[in-house]
Amino acid sequence: MLDYITSYLKSDATPGAAGNMLWAFIYIMLIFLGLSIAVIAMNWLERKILAHMQVRLGPMRVGPHGLLQPIADAIKLLIKEDIMPAEADKAVFWMAPLIVVTAAFTTFIVVPFGPQHAVTDMNIGILFMLGVSSLGVLGIVMAGWASNSHYPLIGALRSSAQMVSYEVAMGLAVVSAVLMTSLHGAGIYATGGSNGMGTLSMIEIVKAQQEQQTWFAFKFFPLGLMAMFVFAVAMVAETNRAPFDLPEAESELTAGFHTEYSGFRWSLFFLAEYSAMIAVSSILVTLWLGGWLRPFPNLLNGPTWDLVFSLFPGLMFLALAGLTFYSTARMPKMRYFRVQTLGLAGFGALLGLIGLILFIPPVRDRIQDIYWFVAKVAVFMYLYIWYRGTFPRYRFDQLMKVGWKVLLPMGLGVLIVTAIVGVL
Amino acid sequence: MTDNSKYLSHLELGERDETFLDSNELIINMGPQHPATHGVLRVILKLDGEKVLGTECVIGYLHRGVEKIAENRTYAMFNPYVDRMDYVAAVSNGLGYCEAVEKLLNVEAPPRAKYIRVILTELNRIASHQLWLGTHALDIGAITPLFYTFRDREEILKIFEKYCGARLTTHAFRIGGCQYETYDGFERDVKKFVDFVTPKIDEYEELLTTNRIWVERTKGVGTISDKDCIALGVTGPVLRASGVKWDIRKALPYAAYSEMDFEIPTGQNGDTYDRYLVRMAEMRQSLRIISQAVEKIPEGPIMAKIPKVLKPPVGEIYHSIEAPKGELGYFVVSDGSTQPYRLRVRPPSFVNLQALDLMVRGQLVADVIAVIGTLDIVLGEVDR
Repeated sequence: MLDYITSYLKSDATPGAAGNMLWAFIYIMLIFLGLSIAVIAMNWLERKILAHMQVRLGPMRVGPHGLLQPIADAIKLLIKEDIMPAEADKAVFWMAPLIVVTAAFTTFIVVPFGPQHAVTDMNIGILFMLGVSSLGVLGIVMAGWASNSHYPLIGALRSSAQMVSYEVAMGLAVVSAVLMTSLHGAGIYATGGSNGMGTLSMIEIVKAQQEQQTWFAFKFFPLGLMAMFVFAVAMVAETNRAPFDLPEAESELTAGFHTEYSGFRWSLFFLAEYSAMIAVSSILVTLWLGGWLRPFPNLLNGPTWDLVFSLFPGLMFLALAGLTFYSTARMPKMRYFRVQTLGLAGFGALLGLIGLILFIPPVRDRIQDIYWFVAKVAVFMYLYIWYRGTFPRYRFDQLMKVGWKVLLPMGLGVLIVTAIVGVL
Repeated sequence: MTDNSKYLSHLELGERDETFLDSNELIINMGPQHPATHGVLRVILKLDGEKVLGTECVIGYLHRGVEKIAENRTYAMFNPYVDRMDYVAAVSNGLGYCEAVEKLLNVEAPPRAKYIRVILTELNRIASHQLWLGTHALDIGAITPLFYTFRDREEILKIFEKYCGARLTTHAFRIGGCQYETYDGFERDVKKFVDFVTPKIDEYEELLTTNRIWVERTKGVGTISDKDCIALGVTGPVLRASGVKWDIRKALPYAAYSEMDFEIPTGQNGDTYDRYLVRMAEMRQSLRIISQAVEKIPEGPIMAKIPKVLKPPVGEIYHSIEAPKGELGYFVVSDGSTQPYRLRVRPPSFVNLQALDLMVRGQLVADVIAVIGTLDIVLGEVDR
């Protein structure tokens, strides 16, 4: 038994590829846990960052700086009355949130947080991810239909049309990245090596970027960047976020397809929306931004720089802990704030402890891949919030125009040119 | 589903035309509880997919019988009630009423009172436009301008609070002048506000004016021609955005506006984008008027000599002012007693709302929201 457990730790493959059921299960649980924490953190961060963009403070009451606000909200949602409209189609109404949330979570089976940190290394990984994530639209249409109400119906129709049209552009952008795994180019675009077999496996795609010593965003400049741009726009539309949040356009359709949902069912939609955002950002990071690879592999290479970059995660947590302790010292000295101050200090101590653990060499080596991956995804999460604070909402016909007349020709053009440049 | 058919007078619900697959149109209720109808407006929409085939406004959810109340109150007692009509521009409402009754009484407010009136009314115009901008942008999906405008509107409300103790329904003016002399530092506060808000208006424009999505959402949306505007009696920024240079402050000057130097911003296309630009320019013109008024404000009394009990001579009067939303008129009939025999308000929001159907026919659902926002209606004034 012990051998069974430790044998995996020595291997360099993912649990799925190593055929280790136990570790695969542990990874699934870890990803589920991590994702839930990420959604909770995202909820708090979105409210905080958006608030600061809008000259407000955001949540400040529950816990220091409102840190416990998402947990309070989760408890509120869980103990709310479960309302099902009398006219609703009961079975479909019940199934819709389950489908949406399952589709959103299932995609994470193939997301590579590191060369061995994924549940499994599927040879059709990216295809699986696109396929499963587009199942979510089924749940949304079901939710809109089953609610048996006008606004959800319009919201559902809008979202299905939107998701279907943006998936085309998204797929074309993905194909051009997949082409890059095997094409080595010529002339100014030469990356060395000869054209071989491409791959759809998420891990192999990142490994191809490692071997070619370039992230696909910068390969065949500017083709990689253009493909990434197409994907980055399409993914915002795909996840129904501002400025493409028509299906849940608050000022037009009250809340779109989930108008009739409340309590726990609604929180499932919420969970699914944020997991889908993380999932598509992970695809983008994997395909174009080198997944778990550390930044500046060419400019700052060599073992010394490797060591410096591997110390980065620990240093960041220590810096955060320092910042928290500084805030703790600045808290008002009144008696009422004692609990808040203690809470903040405890949070800082936790951050510091995590930072110190990250300096232990074996942990450091295993964690740094995950750290860089999460850091890159976090940039796109921040962009999501930034868009929401800046852009007005597109109208439906304009949305379709952007999808079909701008992104689709652009994606198609990039794909064709990539193929030509690669084969020359 | 409730039966809407009795309200659908001109939507010809009975006749079903031979459209593709003989599909029924979707009839949905927007409001009275809806986040984007600016209160309790109910709009019944007839939709073909996302396209609007017709609308019908149902109003009256905020009806308080203000005009009837006026018949049972003395002239001075009714003054605070007008603040509750257009509650985001209460000062303008008060100005219109006080001046109408002053005309009926044949008295005139002293010059200093007139200048105080101009300053407060123009401050209120900026506050009203800021509220309009925030909510209009929110309807179109830009959530950030709302917080910027409300932050700056707060400074205006602070001045109101210092002047008369109230922030929203101010009851700032009295028949015959003003009750309160300006507080110490009023001029300084107003000048400080002008300096504070001028760059802030540029800040709003930076977020929206050249934003591609904003331009696409507003250009060519809810277009109304100058002829239609005049035929429907539409006034205010909506009329001016269609190219008609009509502003009562210039055309029939009241208070101290004849001594002020300002321009009337106009648009050409009469679409939502032009109305946005006109209102932004109007805020700047208001700042110009405020700075001039603060410089030129004369010394002297603030209250004309009027009797303790107001008994206007028998007669009738119509007096209108340029409220932030358009022409706000008061028609007062006096029978010689202490109470008006009849008082009729011409509310700009109510009249402008009539243009909604014309502006949204053939456009999309999202445009209905944009047009309701750009008309700048306040339901307290529509229903009275």
